[in-house]
Amino acid sequence: MVMLAMILSFSFLLAACGGDGSGDVEAGTLDGIKERGKLVAGVKYDVKLFGLKDPESGDVKGYDIDLMKALAKHIFGEDKDIDEILELVQVNSKTRMEMASSGEIDLASATATITAEREETVDFSNVYFVAGQSLLVKEGSDIKSIEDLGADTTVIAVKGSTSEKNIREKAPDAKVSLYDDYAQAFTALKSGKGDTLTTDNAILAGMHKQDPSYVLTGGLFTEEPYGMIFNSEDDEFREYVNDFLNEMKESGELAEIHKKWFGEAPPENILKENPHLN
Amino acid sequence: MDVESFVTVLSHIDQYWSGFVRTLTTSIAALIMSFILGFTIASLRVSGIKILAFFARWYVEFLRNTPLLVQIFFLYYALPQLNIGFLNLSGFQAGMLGLTFYTAAYIAEIVRAGIQTVHSGQMEAARSSGLSYFQAMVHIILPQAFRIVIPPLGTQFINLVKNSAVLTFFAGYDLMYVADSLQGSTGEVFAVYIIAGGFYLMMTIPLSVLVNFLERKLLV
Repeated sequence: MVMLAMILSFSFLLAACGGDGSGDVEAGTLDGIKERGKLVAGVKYDVKLFGLKDPESGDVKGYDIDLMKALAKHIFGEDKDIDEILELVQVNSKTRMEMASSGEIDLASATATITAEREETVDFSNVYFVAGQSLLVKEGSDIKSIEDLGADTTVIAVKGSTSEKNIREKAPDAKVSLYDDYAQAFTALKSGKGDTLTTDNAILAGMHKQDPSYVLTGGLFTEEPYGMIFNSEDDEFREYVNDFLNEMKESGELAEIHKKWFGEAPPENILKENPHLN
Repeated sequence: MDVESFVTVLSHIDQYWSGFVRTLTTSIAALIMSFILGFTIASLRVSGIKILAFFARWYVEFLRNTPLLVQIFFLYYALPQLNIGFLNLSGFQAGMLGLTFYTAAYIAEIVRAGIQTVHSGQMEAARSSGLSYFQAMVHIILPQAFRIVIPPLGTQFINLVKNSAVLTFFAGYDLMYVADSLQGSTGEVFAVYIIAGGFYLMMTIPLSVLVNFLERKLLV
């Protein structure tokens, strides 16, 4: 195991050196990928629905993973063995920008919110997922949108979350009941302690997966656009990935993957240019 | 921690007061009901009727040997699974009932110990002077037992007030819930819980003083 890790990290080092060796950025990330014969993608290993490592099989699964697999096949062809053409590297919120800038990874698809501040150090793809706050209700509930949250409805939220603050602003009449964590909040909803539960749509989608009789409703009333992270020196590869995503959108493949993980089709504004790009 | 953080938190003082009222009413209701229930259980245990004593004993063992939190989780989350409308308790109701059942087990033990501390010769003397068992209990044994149990009962009631903080887990809108949500919304930690502690003292200190007063007053 240790041996394997050493070999892996060594080959990694070589790959990184090779990248640096070719030196000039003009060579381009895409050429580097083709030369190397595989795409090196930074993904999360610990985020449900986006990139989560199954401790038993060791497989990483999620929306980000499926997109990276599709991208690798797009580059190298459908018939290739995915393990040969795609190398997943675990990143976290602290390492993903640094690793994309240094060329250690070709890109990071790792639940990153596009912000103007981050745009200063890296580049982002078009918005490939719109995170935001939504509502979870029992199937057939009268609550269809945030406007239905009147004085006689109880909204379940988690203590100290931004979603608590948002719901008090957006639905000031509704009664808010707070719980300590999402597991308790969902149990409370299932026990009929409230009419709806509010938090980020991705977390709600996880609950929907756990119990499909609870569904998301009312769309998003706050928005956080996610983008893939690129080295800011290389526009070519970013444009390539944007084109690839647009093709996936047109072919319906993107909607399919989105549905697979989040139980619903992506919103209208997906793959629009990200709002903070200068 | 600085003065400013206290000012921030104190601007939500009305929320603390509403939490205070909720904690106080929950505690008083649970206090009265747990006293009645605990006293009843204790009576059953010393009644000499085997089946009742057996039931009372196991009530005490079950309630005293499981965590209060488990009991209230059961009342709050598990009972609604039975799909009987009135069993879907609010956080306040589940908390109040849970506190009552739990505290009653302790009170039953305290009262039973008190009754059994009174020398058995007292009962024999009372019975031989013509009083019935019931009369002997009410006029001879209980007044003496009551005096003995005042301090531990007082402790138990103070514990009850403090234990009511578990309501925070069930959206009970009590003091602790208010403190927890203020901690989340203001980001202040120190001031939030210091002030919450102060509000609890406003309930428990008078209770302590009252218990001490009763203890002195009833001293023979």
